[in-house]
Amino acid sequence: MPEVELKIKRFDPALDRAPRWQTYHVQAEDTDPVLNALHEVKYHQDGTLSFRRSCAHGVCGSDAMVINGENRLACAVLIGQVGHRMTIEPIRGLPVIKDLVVDMEPFFAQYRSVLPYLINSTDPGYAERLQSPEDRERFDDTTKCILCAACTTSCPIYWGNSSYVGPAAIVNAHRFIFDSRDEAAAERLDILNTRSGVWRCRTAFSCTEACPRDIKITEAIQEVKRAILYNRI
Amino acid sequence: MNVHHHSYDAVIVGAGGAGLRAAIEVAGKCHTAVLTKLYPTRSHTGAAQGGMCAALANVEEDSWEWHAFDTVKGSDYLGDQPAIEIMCRDAVDAVLELEHFGLPFNRTPEGRIDQRRFGGHTRNHGEAPVRRACYAADRTGHMILQTLFQQCVARGVTFFNEFQVLDVSLTDGRVTAVVAYELATGDLHVFGCKAALFATGGFGRMFQVSSNAVTLTGDGPGVLYRRGIPLEDMEFFQFHPTGIYKLGILLSEAARGEGGILRSAGGERFMERYAPTVKDLAPRDMVSRAIITEVREGRGLGPAKDYVHLDLTHLPPEQIDEKLPDITDFVRTYMGLEPKTDLIPIQPTAHYAMGGIPTNVDGEVVIDAEGTAVPGLYAAGECACVSVHGANRLGTNSLLDIVVFGRRGGAAMGEFVNATDRSPIPKDAADDTRREIERLFATSVGENVADIRETLQVEMTNNAGVFRTDHSLRQVLSVVGDLRARYAKASIQDTGTTFNYDLTEAIELGYLLDLAEALVVGALARTESRGAHSRDDFPKRDDANWMKHTLARRSDDGRVTLDYKDVESGRYEPMERKY
Repeated sequence: MPEVELKIKRFDPALDRAPRWQTYHVQAEDTDPVLNALHEVKYHQDGTLSFRRSCAHGVCGSDAMVINGENRLACAVLIGQVGHRMTIEPIRGLPVIKDLVVDMEPFFAQYRSVLPYLINSTDPGYAERLQSPEDRERFDDTTKCILCAACTTSCPIYWGNSSYVGPAAIVNAHRFIFDSRDEAAAERLDILNTRSGVWRCRTAFSCTEACPRDIKITEAIQEVKRAILYNRI
Repeated sequence: MNVHHHSYDAVIVGAGGAGLRAAIEVAGKCHTAVLTKLYPTRSHTGAAQGGMCAALANVEEDSWEWHAFDTVKGSDYLGDQPAIEIMCRDAVDAVLELEHFGLPFNRTPEGRIDQRRFGGHTRNHGEAPVRRACYAADRTGHMILQTLFQQCVARGVTFFNEFQVLDVSLTDGRVTAVVAYELATGDLHVFGCKAALFATGGFGRMFQVSSNAVTLTGDGPGVLYRRGIPLEDMEFFQFHPTGIYKLGILLSEAARGEGGILRSAGGERFMERYAPTVKDLAPRDMVSRAIITEVREGRGLGPAKDYVHLDLTHLPPEQIDEKLPDITDFVRTYMGLEPKTDLIPIQPTAHYAMGGIPTNVDGEVVIDAEGTAVPGLYAAGECACVSVHGANRLGTNSLLDIVVFGRRGGAAMGEFVNATDRSPIPKDAADDTRREIERLFATSVGENVADIRETLQVEMTNNAGVFRTDHSLRQVLSVVGDLRARYAKASIQDTGTTFNYDLTEAIELGYLLDLAEALVVGALARTESRGAHSRDDFPKRDDANWMKHTLARRSDDGRVTLDYKDVESGRYEPMERKY
């Protein structure tokens, strides 16, 4: 098994006034997820290292972190893909609480601000609302979001202006704006047609590159912009 | 250690599908707090893939009675039939409600909810596979979790995220408080309440090869077991046949529902020998046994001949992309294989606890054979045992369970708290939790938590897995005893107050050890094979002696004691289980 070097940005509010780097070495296979190497450190070298994780296969969105400069889910990227020397930092733009754990509340507050739930005041009765496969396909991509924040915290605009609602919130607005069953597209477009809304996006594509679910985020943001401009969905 | 006090009518512990559905039910009806050690959307409901069965009959003839029959038969006649009837009848309402909540189901050309085949679900009492599973690609659980969370946001549900529940106060047989550890601060919080609903999910992390999240450590059952609540049918643990080799990551049964085939050495479609009618779509316990049998008889694959293949190569590539996008991505990511052209190495993976906290059909926790309920105490979802899954759960019935019994539990709890006066919060509610944390902090040199956990996981997979014997179970019981002694001397490195997962993982290991012991003791006593509990030394089902639920209790001296309660019968008489 090759030796892997992990250089991890650490911060303990009880001990540190500023972040510091700490380097660990573990034995790991190239086919192991990076998360396994972090677990090896935590379980057998340094129990004080803190990071979130849960499902360990890329669907729960707990373990977004910056690995060699890129936002990745530690459980969904393999050591062979990032190499045997890696730097690991917390995602950027959200306050660091400890080590790789950041405060997610600003992120979820922005998510909640876009009315991220189906709004439909008509009574469907004892039957499903009908939706054609084509209408269902229209918003399929943005239903895949796992709220990991990899996109929002990769956005240079968001780093400079935390009032920007951010890509993830727009993705979740898109998911309802383009759902044929929803009736509140206009309200959401109004919310996003503000100084902190979609016009902050400068199409840097950082979000699209960062998304572990391969959602075409920049395209979704552009669709929302067009819907505002042309009043059409 | 700071202790804060809160006062609520109801507390929901856990924010996966069952907890969120219960929260929706009580929203606006009583003052409710939802406590989760994660964020709601991190819950493992989101990892469920294939679908949720309901006899909508959107694509072919179906009826809820057929669904109920399949569930009873799938349970190997250990499921309680009145509860199963409720679940299968309510299934149709539950799916429609989720659709109304906005869940993006796949659609038929007519715009109705599409349905597909799933293991053990048949038309007319076993004639042939039926298309009953409503689905959203292979991320149905993700869609359910997101949709229920969205509805909680819409209703302004109060969440305490990253609050890990470590104790419950039962005063004079009633729930009076729930004690939680706040990960961000290390403070303890006492939530005084009239009622609490536990929905903490499973405990599959007691096994080495597991589809479960790292955080699925049985906290709810663990907490209640220590407070004298029995656990039901713990020996019945489901091993899903198609976990990715060695990693255990789930590859949905939907892969076989869409036409995937299991193959052993020489490419043989071995399920034709084990289940001639439904073949690869036999229930999970049978398929897992078939795989292990193939391996034992030398027809496994690979250098160690210890796995078989899942073959999707004959499926149209566009069908794979449309219906199975996520699981085929898992295969690409973790195996470096292309499922459209490569065969996928798979092995059974620990997946689902049929057993858990005993409840009735209203989610009330019941503690004896007479069905005596604990006022104010509720449970729903995988941590609970209604029992609708009996000895073996059918695929898709877990998503159904969380939605149906999350709603029913929430509704019953809402009524209870509105008819009940508040009891005073016990002054010493947090004391035991504080002592346990201080004990772990005080031990600076001792046993390594991860080492104990890894030994437990290996032993459980090897000796309390798909096949068991008296010998293997005695072996693992002895190891668990040793591990408990080591755990009493466990030490942790982190004594800080901020996101101290070193501490919480040590506490979680305690639950896993307790629950593993209950599982093994129950399995050792049950000298028959039924559903997911397969004894090499007792290969037949024994209805005369064992058609009963196990109740495991922890006695004051720490030993596990067992007693039993009758299975609630119904319209379907037990018969031999063939597919």
